[in-house]
Amino acid sequence: MKALRKFLDKKKPLFEKGGKFAKLQSTFDAFDTFLFVPDHTSKTGTHIKDAIDLKRTMSVVVMALIPSLLFGMYNIGYQHFLSVGETAPLMDMFVYGLIKVLPIVVVSYVVGLGIEFAFAQMRGHAVNEGFLVSGMLIPLVMPVEAPLWMVAVSTAFAVVIGKEVFGGTGMNIWNPALIARAFFFFAYPSKMSGDAVWIAEKADTFSGATPLADAAALVDATPAQAESLMSGALSQTWDMFIGLIPGSIGETSTLAILIGAVILIATGIGSWRIMLSVFVGGYAMGAIFNLIGANPYMELIPAWQHLIMGGFAFGAVFMATDPVSATQTTRGKYIYGFLIGFLAVLIRVMNAGFPEAMMLAILFMNTFAPLIDHYVVQGNVKRRLKRVKVKA
Amino acid sequence: MSEVKKIKKGLDIKLIGKAEKVLEKADRSETYAIKPTDFPGLTPKLKVKVDAEVKAGSPLFFDKYSPEINFASPVSGKVIAVNRGERRKILEVVVQADAEIQYEEFKKADPNGLSREEVKEELLKSGLWAFIRQRPYDVIAKPEDTPKAIFVSAFDSAPLAADVDFLVEGEAEAFQAGIDALAKLTDGKVHLNINPNLNQAKMFSEVKNATVNKFAGVHPAGNVGVQIHHIDPINKGETAWVVRPQEVVFIGRLFQKGIYDVSRKIALCGSEVKTPCYFETITGASVRNILKGKLKDDEKIRVVSGNVLTGKHIPEDGFIGMYDSQITVIPEGDKFEFLGWAMPGLSKFSMSKSFFSWLTPNKKYRLDANLNGEHRAYVVSGEYEKVLPMDVLPVHLIKSILVEDIDQMEQLGIYEVAPEDFALCEFVCTSKIDVQDIVRQGIDLMIKEMS
Repeated sequence: MKALRKFLDKKKPLFEKGGKFAKLQSTFDAFDTFLFVPDHTSKTGTHIKDAIDLKRTMSVVVMALIPSLLFGMYNIGYQHFLSVGETAPLMDMFVYGLIKVLPIVVVSYVVGLGIEFAFAQMRGHAVNEGFLVSGMLIPLVMPVEAPLWMVAVSTAFAVVIGKEVFGGTGMNIWNPALIARAFFFFAYPSKMSGDAVWIAEKADTFSGATPLADAAALVDATPAQAESLMSGALSQTWDMFIGLIPGSIGETSTLAILIGAVILIATGIGSWRIMLSVFVGGYAMGAIFNLIGANPYMELIPAWQHLIMGGFAFGAVFMATDPVSATQTTRGKYIYGFLIGFLAVLIRVMNAGFPEAMMLAILFMNTFAPLIDHYVVQGNVKRRLKRVKVKA
Repeated sequence: MSEVKKIKKGLDIKLIGKAEKVLEKADRSETYAIKPTDFPGLTPKLKVKVDAEVKAGSPLFFDKYSPEINFASPVSGKVIAVNRGERRKILEVVVQADAEIQYEEFKKADPNGLSREEVKEELLKSGLWAFIRQRPYDVIAKPEDTPKAIFVSAFDSAPLAADVDFLVEGEAEAFQAGIDALAKLTDGKVHLNINPNLNQAKMFSEVKNATVNKFAGVHPAGNVGVQIHHIDPINKGETAWVVRPQEVVFIGRLFQKGIYDVSRKIALCGSEVKTPCYFETITGASVRNILKGKLKDDEKIRVVSGNVLTGKHIPEDGFIGMYDSQITVIPEGDKFEFLGWAMPGLSKFSMSKSFFSWLTPNKKYRLDANLNGEHRAYVVSGEYEKVLPMDVLPVHLIKSILVEDIDQMEQLGIYEVAPEDFALCEFVCTSKIDVQDIVRQGIDLMIKEMS
């Protein structure tokens, strides 16, 4: 490693001000600090620092996403072979999924990081680690049949409009990965709806409807239709929990997502407050619908089932918890999370046009996060003022 | 018996090198210095020139804006240097000590029999006033104020902190006299805050003329700012004064003996010290003789006057800070680490459990001064809240300081905080933001705007 360090130290002046490649300073710096934690020591303030940095934080989140990614790959293969009616060994399913998913991951990272580097260079900033996570989240919320160029355009849109225009990582107001998905959803709706996009090379004869689509169909169903729908994919709750259902690449397996959640909570990096309150909010709305029971969807889908369908769990664990776009105050986190879960189920059931409402609910609450924080901050200010008045 | 306030938010950082309660002899330091930079916001005016002869208690300089506040020489001898920095800012006034210390004579008296004005005058004249600090702002107290209360924290919870009981052992009478003097200065109470888990000395638990409060829990339980927040928080327009136990003893000695005697024990600690222990010395002493032969010499080191969270980096022949009772020596750590952010990290300490060192909760660490990363914008939220046991929203306060919004700073509690209360926030910060510096900037701005 000493040789590598020596090499980097020798090349460093070329990239510094006045050097031949000064324009690539951020790029060099990004690689240098990736390979070596720099020798910077504290100049003022505390003389010792916690070992954690943003690279560590982000890599823990990526690690927490790995179960979902791996399971997603397997499930892509599983769904494909199921639809064409073949049986295949586990490894074949996984490799099939790997071949399908890997290009999407690569496109997301190459496009996103390319833009990040370019912006950092333009501004003369260090390259921020934020995209390491976004770059993994984007493929996981894409349908497997998403054309690569669409993934590229969505990613570019998310990084430029979702993040860089606000000043980069830490400054954005919406979750960049969800911006990518929202862009995709509204720009290329045909590629993110219907039954065909969720299963790779689906046989036409195979229905392959997602449980969410089936549930949405319940709204105007006659009792007989409702019964047949309820005995289809919707009755396979165990499959839904494990994740053997069609859906976006990484969102199907509640189990894999929960493993990720455990990693995030145990390391203290993800906010358990947000995760918990999203689930509570979703359950609460589901329970209210159960009580109202105005149509078969409200009546027949138990509240807890909302939590394992579609992107609910994935959104709760990985999307809502993005610390930059979420609320920042402790109390605010409970309110923010609860409203996300509440709204997601509300939109899901009330608006058949948006069966996957989690994305919209989170983006909507991202928008309102500063407002929630504002009220929490005002609460703190009021307590302080009250103290003075009590004395006076 | 008052109830124990348990501080739950915070963090005990376990480091290698806690000082053994043994008093070792070191060669007497030859030079002593008072550093105006130890007093935030001070504009010093010199009273002596180089080569002047001074006694212990003779003023070396005073506060330009409160000329009655003097800063006295800790020993007798000759002023040998006035070291200046950029724009001729005075950094150190150095005194070469005589073999035998000559003291300026002040009035001996029982403080109980004196009036407030007399106590004040003695403290100002002798230079001991500089040890009385105020909240808000964490600066030297203004003599014209009458504080609503005076707070003394009788324990220190900082990493490797000196044992306060050991520091003032055998000084019970001087301590009580000091408390008596302080009691004269306020219409309210003198609060003495102890930790019931430390089995503290009777001079604290059975103190007269003061109210004993009990605090337990993790650092910053021993920070006086945190204690004030839980006992009697500071509102706009109020002031409270704070003094540390050793300094209470100095005040007591003034009234008992009529001299400016600022000799104190200090702890020499840290992972780079061979045998961490205590030394008898005098405030402002050069650390050269104390460190001589005591350090492990395997790598570049950093000497800190004070603790690793709030102390100042001093050279190996530098001087102990005015308010410090410990010297901590840690490795400098100015080295690159290959893929350091990706390693399991068994020897890395983190509040988060993202390093596997959380498997060994009682392990003591040898931490260096490396930043362990780079400066970034705020990304992670909720970190500061875990280590700040106050009803203050730390990140919002920091941001209001950064945009210099005076009203917002006031509303969010700038009067209640001192940089040291935010030291742990700075330690745990993933984005490596200089939180203490920012808080100090905010305080400086408030002082400027409010005066």
